[in-house]
Amino acid sequence: MIWLVDILILTIVVICALGAINVRDLLSSAILLGAYSFLMCILWTEMGAVDVAFTEAAVGAGISTAFFIGAIYQTTRRTKD
Amino acid sequence: MIRLYDDLIIQVVCRIMIPLIQFFALYVIAHGHYSPGGGFQGGCILAASFILMVIAYDLDWMKKRFSEIKNTFMVALGIFIYALIGLICILLGAEYLNYGILHKILPADPIKVRALGTLGIEIGVGITVMAVMVSIFLNLTTYGRHEKGEV
Repeated sequence: MIWLVDILILTIVVICALGAINVRDLLSSAILLGAYSFLMCILWTEMGAVDVAFTEAAVGAGISTAFFIGAIYQTTRRTKD
Repeated sequence: MIRLYDDLIIQVVCRIMIPLIQFFALYVIAHGHYSPGGGFQGGCILAASFILMVIAYDLDWMKKRFSEIKNTFMVALGIFIYALIGLICILLGAEYLNYGILHKILPADPIKVRALGTLGIEIGVGITVMAVMVSIFLNLTTYGRHEKGEV
């Protein structure tokens, strides 16, 4: 039965990744990448790699989303040149 | 994010959350050698608490508690702890980071000394990761000027 959960989470991961690439707003892209990280964290926990999942939750979802949002605040919507 | 963001609910919630996050980070660092976690993850969670301070209050509020001088000092301090434990192992006649040899100078049996050596390494890694993450965030949000940005 566990492979059903596996395939369900994997489908949502792929949807989040494609959305993060294709969406036009940078902030939405960063948030979708954070959701992708959390879903990868769930997937790794379910596969038994708890240490990797913990690293993904701390670094991928927590710190790097904050870094992305901090970097996006320095950009403008239209280019200057 | 950099200017003072005056919202009572966010500030009160963050004032309660920040000590809990820091306690959890210290728990992760201290239990890194027999449960998931370790210096890198604990340092990242500790850095997240400082980033939460910048987001909920402002940059000066955080810099009053954790200035850039302390931050740069702690980047070097963690590496120093890591290298010092390794070099003590070499001086006692074992390989680099072979903690078992530390039982010559510490009053405990070799198995407990090995766990203590791992704990020292985790503490060094945690301090460096925390300081580097906070430093990257400050440089990223203020164009490297470490003052009020244009956000």
